[in-house]
Amino acid sequence: MYDDIVIGERERLGAYTFTAEAIIAFARNYDPQPFHLSEEGGKATHFGGLVASGWHTGSLWMRMRVEHSQRIAAERAAKGLPPQWNGPSGGFTNLKWPRPVRAGDTVTYYTEYVSKRPLASRPGWGIVFSLNTGENQHGELVFAFDGSVFVPL
Amino acid sequence: MPGEVTTFGAYEVTKEEVIDFASQFDPQPFHLDEEAGRASMLGGLAASGWHSCAILMRMMFDGFMNGSTSIGSPGIDEVRWLKPVFPGDVLSVRREILDARPSASKPDRGVVRFRFQLMNQKGEVVMEQTNPIFFARRQSAGA
Repeated sequence: MYDDIVIGERERLGAYTFTAEAIIAFARNYDPQPFHLSEEGGKATHFGGLVASGWHTGSLWMRMRVEHSQRIAAERAAKGLPPQWNGPSGGFTNLKWPRPVRAGDTVTYYTEYVSKRPLASRPGWGIVFSLNTGENQHGELVFAFDGSVFVPL
Repeated sequence: MPGEVTTFGAYEVTKEEVIDFASQFDPQPFHLDEEAGRASMLGGLAASGWHSCAILMRMMFDGFMNGSTSIGSPGIDEVRWLKPVFPGDVLSVRREILDARPSASKPDRGVVRFRFQLMNQKGEVVMEQTNPIFFARRQSAGA
């Protein structure tokens, strides 16, 4: 709920280790550029080897976000508290892939709450803005975007 | 050329694909189950927004990037999820070139900024995405 969201707080959502198999499987369906399909295909490019599709990296942020929320819901249920309910997102801005993600990399995903305000246009609702990131096992930023989600007051 | 508009693609979204993507990447009930979708504000089983992004990527590849000199994108300026995408929808892409220029730092490439609209069979825009794509230049600009 809106009041529970603490501006400045950074949540660690979870971590995911990319395998070559998963990178290639995603790319075959959705992003079959040569540098996402094989090590050899990537060697011929400035990537120097196989790299994950940026949409694969982004889609796993979503999975980590959902699993994190499900863990919180289970903890609340165990304490007899009602589930928190976040509304939909209308999209995002400033999505960046500053470094490639390679097979064997472990990306840890985060959400940091940046600001929030009640919506004048929709009584009973607020909007929460967040900075969402992924860092590899060396602590290097590989993924970031500015998110927003509608939350009941 | 800036202002140039093209339309391409016919991607049929299936229930199996919606559920398969959601079970891997966005396992929320309204992306996994008809009944949960109907009970949600989406009004039915609907594709994950990230799935719509992935579908647009595939349609961009098939529509113009395959065989081009594209060398990837540094990021996405904006994505707006405007309407739900449902199984049975047939999606097409409207592509507008916003501007095109040589890279300031890397003379071997140029950057083209696009606005993509993903449209359903009713002509409704379900998603809008604005982003640059780098293309290798066919010949160096010279000294």
